[in-house]
Amino acid sequence: MSFELETARHPETLRRVAIDPVSRVEGHGKVTILLDDDNKVHQVRLHIVEFRGFERFIQGRPYWEVPVMVQRLCGICPVSHHLAASKALDMMLGVTLTPTAEAIRRLMHYGQILQSHALHFFHLASPDLLFGFGSDPARRNIVGVIAAAPETAKKGVFLRKYGQEIIRMTAGKRVHGTGSVPGGVNKSLAVEERDLLLKDIYQMIAWSREAVHIIRGLFENNLAEYNAFGRFRSHSMSLVRADGAMDLYHGGLRARQADGTLLFDHFDYGRYWDVISEDVKPWSYMKFPFLKILGADDGWYRVGPLARIVNCDFIPTPLADRERQEFIAFDNGSATGATLGYHWARMIEMLHAAEAIKDLLHDDNLLGKELMATGTRQERGVGVIEAPRGTLIHHYRVNENDEVERANLIVSTTHNNQAMNEAIRRVAVQYLDGQEITEGLLNHIEVAIRAFDPCLSCATHALGKMPLEVELIDAAGKVADSKSRNR
Amino acid sequence: MSNTFTVDGQEVPFEPGQTVLQAALTADVFIPHLCYHPEFRPHGSCKLCTVEVNGRPATSCTLPAAAGMEIESNTAEIMAKRRMLLQMLLVEGNHFCPSCEKSGSCKLQALCYALGVMSPHFDQFYPDRPVDASHPEMLLDFNRCILCELCIRASAEVDQKNVFALSGRGITKHLIVNAESGRLADTNFAPSDKAAQVCPVGVILRKRRGFAVPIGSRPYDAQPISDQAERFKPVVKEGS
Repeated sequence: MSFELETARHPETLRRVAIDPVSRVEGHGKVTILLDDDNKVHQVRLHIVEFRGFERFIQGRPYWEVPVMVQRLCGICPVSHHLAASKALDMMLGVTLTPTAEAIRRLMHYGQILQSHALHFFHLASPDLLFGFGSDPARRNIVGVIAAAPETAKKGVFLRKYGQEIIRMTAGKRVHGTGSVPGGVNKSLAVEERDLLLKDIYQMIAWSREAVHIIRGLFENNLAEYNAFGRFRSHSMSLVRADGAMDLYHGGLRARQADGTLLFDHFDYGRYWDVISEDVKPWSYMKFPFLKILGADDGWYRVGPLARIVNCDFIPTPLADRERQEFIAFDNGSATGATLGYHWARMIEMLHAAEAIKDLLHDDNLLGKELMATGTRQERGVGVIEAPRGTLIHHYRVNENDEVERANLIVSTTHNNQAMNEAIRRVAVQYLDGQEITEGLLNHIEVAIRAFDPCLSCATHALGKMPLEVELIDAAGKVADSKSRNR
Repeated sequence: MSNTFTVDGQEVPFEPGQTVLQAALTADVFIPHLCYHPEFRPHGSCKLCTVEVNGRPATSCTLPAAAGMEIESNTAEIMAKRRMLLQMLLVEGNHFCPSCEKSGSCKLQALCYALGVMSPHFDQFYPDRPVDASHPEMLLDFNRCILCELCIRASAEVDQKNVFALSGRGITKHLIVNAESGRLADTNFAPSDKAAQVCPVGVILRKRRGFAVPIGSRPYDAQPISDQAERFKPVVKEGS
């Protein structure tokens, strides 16, 4: 099955525009657009051009190495991989975590959500939102934000720093620590560490609330454009707690159709393959997951902040839940289906993370000494966590010698593959169709990608060093024109 | 003449029978080394402890201390050679510190940091060395072996078991275990063996203990190895 604008009928007659690499995201992605002589859009594809190979090269390694090794998939949200792998191996070991281990891991995870969402919104997305999608690229970056809105930029930097400090205290390092181990954690918090975090948490909650109001204000001021931008209908999937609450660390799988009806609920993720399958397309390294119950053509879905906010019955912290209700009520629910609604949902989650951190800091289990638990070993383990960008699945089979025999990782970006393709196709039709292609217009495509994901291939690259190269290739395959942009 | 010599101009006292390295470490003067272990006889194979004695190179772990020696250790030339030795070790095996459970307590890694080796410099060999996970309690990750022979010496001299040996010659030399199957499970190796305690890198590992020590509490987290000479002081045996 080919989706609308996925495959042009006669690509050989069309002009190809490539955004390669997509900028202000981490990882390597490429967008190709095929246009005819009248600049009408015939084909749009998001390609993930890297091959990572982690599932293969952890085969044969001892299982306790896995949570530390697989987190190298990413420099923005390594904690998500660290914890998803740990959870999978907890299941393999038949372990129920001690209260201290669970509290420390949750704190690490919410610290991760806080720092990643702050980075995503303030550092990577806010230049588009504050200055305009087609504004001058010389200004449209974090340095421009610092110059134009220094207080806002500073809060973004401090929010991220606070989250990173939580990760350092629980995992040992701000990036790529070792705190979570199969069966538990290797450290708890000292009283001084806890008190240091408590000192600033109320400020973080206040700033997170302000961030929600920033994106809400942007929606109010640009209602028509934000609602329509890259809009499409899709199903949603996320974890929810047993009582239907948002829970980013643990729960059962819930999938909701675009019309709001539930497809499945509280599904035990230990058998995720009963409800999710993956399709392969010849033009992309990234697979296309779908809900089995609906099939490959209709079963694609979105994950991440917007899916989670739409999916849950409530958020178990008061300020974030109030914002969730306002988000859902806004303009008769229009933002819950908007691609840019991801940013609003993301900031509500950041507020929830800050509140959850506050609650955890008042839980003395963080200071406990019972770090590890034991259980009855099984052959397999599945760990699922709600990473900043969405549902993350790790699945391992371990042999009797403690070696990993098989691994399957379905990362958030992969779940969102079709959804991101849909978003950029809508944007291409809305903004590029029939127009002379400019850098500003092409940035609209990237704005849609950044709404989902600042981290295309779970890879680590330096912020701000990615050039944007655009080549116009004529029907004969020759480069007719090219543009390059800020490094 | 008193029983002293100098290392880079610093006076070091020694007891008769001590090597230069033993005396230097006793006096808190650090000379980089890998195959030396205070509980075993000097081996002289890694060459990292090479110094210049009155202008001539010698391995300080095998060199008997003598009064009046003038030894140079931390010169730019010697340090460059030590860095090259470390870089060659890094490319001969598969040393992936980011996911290695020995990180922070690995002598090879600690020396690389202390001597400023921040990259392998040479082309990687990428040898194919599968792990031996057959033993229920212990794991062998041959990828990280630096052929220091400490496990061989410990197993033979202390454990009286001869579990380990080197096989092959030159660049194909590698660690093997003494069983017809070649598997650790088929030897009488035990976690309590001395050979299980002495590996300076991450080859011989207790299973299911990886990453139990948090970052910050590992041996080389707080101080570089070059400031921890006391860790390698000769062991004073009872009655001696």
